[in-house]
Amino acid sequence: MQEQKAHLLKALSKNTRYDGRKALEYRQITVEYGISGSAEGSARVRMGGTEVIAGVKIETGTPYSDTPDQGNLMVNAELLPLSNPRYESGPPGEKATELARVVDRGIRESKCIDVKKLVIKSGEHVWSINIDICSINDEGNLQDASMLAAIAALKDARLPKLTDKFEADYDAEKTKEKLPLARTPVEVTVIKIGDQFLVDPLVDEEDLIEARLTVAITEKGTICALQKGGELPLSVEDIEKMVSIAQKLAPSLRNTLG
Amino acid sequence: MSYTKRFDGRGFEELRSMKAKVGVIPRADGSAMFQTGKTIAYAAVYGPRDLHPKFMQNPQTGILRINYNMMPFSGHGERVRPGGSRRSKEINMVIQNALLPVLNLKEYPNTVVDVFVELPQTDAGTRCAAIVAAAMALADAGIEMKDLVCAVAAGRVEDKVVLDLDYYEDSHEDGADIPVAILPNSGKVTLLQMDGEISPEMLKEAITKAKIACKKIYEVQKEALKARFATR
Repeated sequence: MQEQKAHLLKALSKNTRYDGRKALEYRQITVEYGISGSAEGSARVRMGGTEVIAGVKIETGTPYSDTPDQGNLMVNAELLPLSNPRYESGPPGEKATELARVVDRGIRESKCIDVKKLVIKSGEHVWSINIDICSINDEGNLQDASMLAAIAALKDARLPKLTDKFEADYDAEKTKEKLPLARTPVEVTVIKIGDQFLVDPLVDEEDLIEARLTVAITEKGTICALQKGGELPLSVEDIEKMVSIAQKLAPSLRNTLG
Repeated sequence: MSYTKRFDGRGFEELRSMKAKVGVIPRADGSAMFQTGKTIAYAAVYGPRDLHPKFMQNPQTGILRINYNMMPFSGHGERVRPGGSRRSKEINMVIQNALLPVLNLKEYPNTVVDVFVELPQTDAGTRCAAIVAAAMALADAGIEMKDLVCAVAAGRVEDKVVLDLDYYEDSHEDGADIPVAILPNSGKVTLLQMDGEISPEMLKEAITKAKIACKKIYEVQKEALKARFATR
């Protein structure tokens, strides 16, 4: 591991990496909408060899008692064993839980979804938005790819028809009504290895991470969620540098949503 | 009652339009996608690899382990909670039995060949689509096989035998759903289940027709495998 790290740091000092990219360069990103007709909204994101799909299921439910005038949001991630030989079947582990929670915060805290508009009948019936993220092929940086996929699936979503009993009618065609989306947050994860910074790590590079910072950013440039990971600490200067890298790259990520 | 026209307008023995692609998940040792109508199955094979827990190891042979999973948003209606169910447990077992007869895992004692099947979108016929995709993925992984495995649901809707049922036919009150897996070269049946009600004559007709339909699926599988190895 030490040898691989030395090798990568040497390459990074010349601003290059295993696959020829510059340190702060993303792989090619493509976003495909409407890949699952069973979902109310869905999308596939390819970031280089990494492939993630996200689906949105919209159900009716009751609001939480402390938020009677808000719809419900749930984000879940499945690191499918189909996508990486290291993943195993079973309930979500630490990595999947962190992934889902960081996407959740990016969406919730940016007020990306105007949850007040998801109320059907105050205190009684609201729309519940369930986002499920599934990894298909993990070649690194699931976090940023998952956030993009989740946002794309939300943009693709159409509300189901409502019955007079305030239930979703899945036998009927979906309505044309989109979700009330106010913002388009994206997440950029900046990696620190040695004294070098990079983004969009490959799996081999993820194995060498000393510290990482995921920054969720709105189109206004405000920061709406943060998550530090990795074993080593960061200095305040590191954090400033990482946030500014994320802010510089966020617009190009957002542009891939079309 | 007479079923004169299928809900989606197909001929009674007509399969839905099929798509197959091999090598769709580069991280896996073998992988494939199979689509029939709106049902899509991805299969990834990992192994032969070490099997844990150790007590499950068999010193005589490698074992085949299937993990069939519907993505939470893939169902008709509400979200499907992730994680196994009684249904998926049984499906894992019948898929394993459908595939095992063509595999020679004796060469790999104490190991496991893991097959993961994921469905992003479903419209009935998922276990059959899973088998078709898994067979291609196993071939892609270079596991020794005597034959491919093809599968399709036959069934009855009112007075007609139909093939490759969609959700509306599958859930029709007066009918039967019969998933069948066939080894295309020997013609042997490795999966046979049914729910619903059917006469012995119609059952025979259904299985015979499924066997003929499987030839078409076999061609689609072969083409996809050829395309995969032509591009290497």
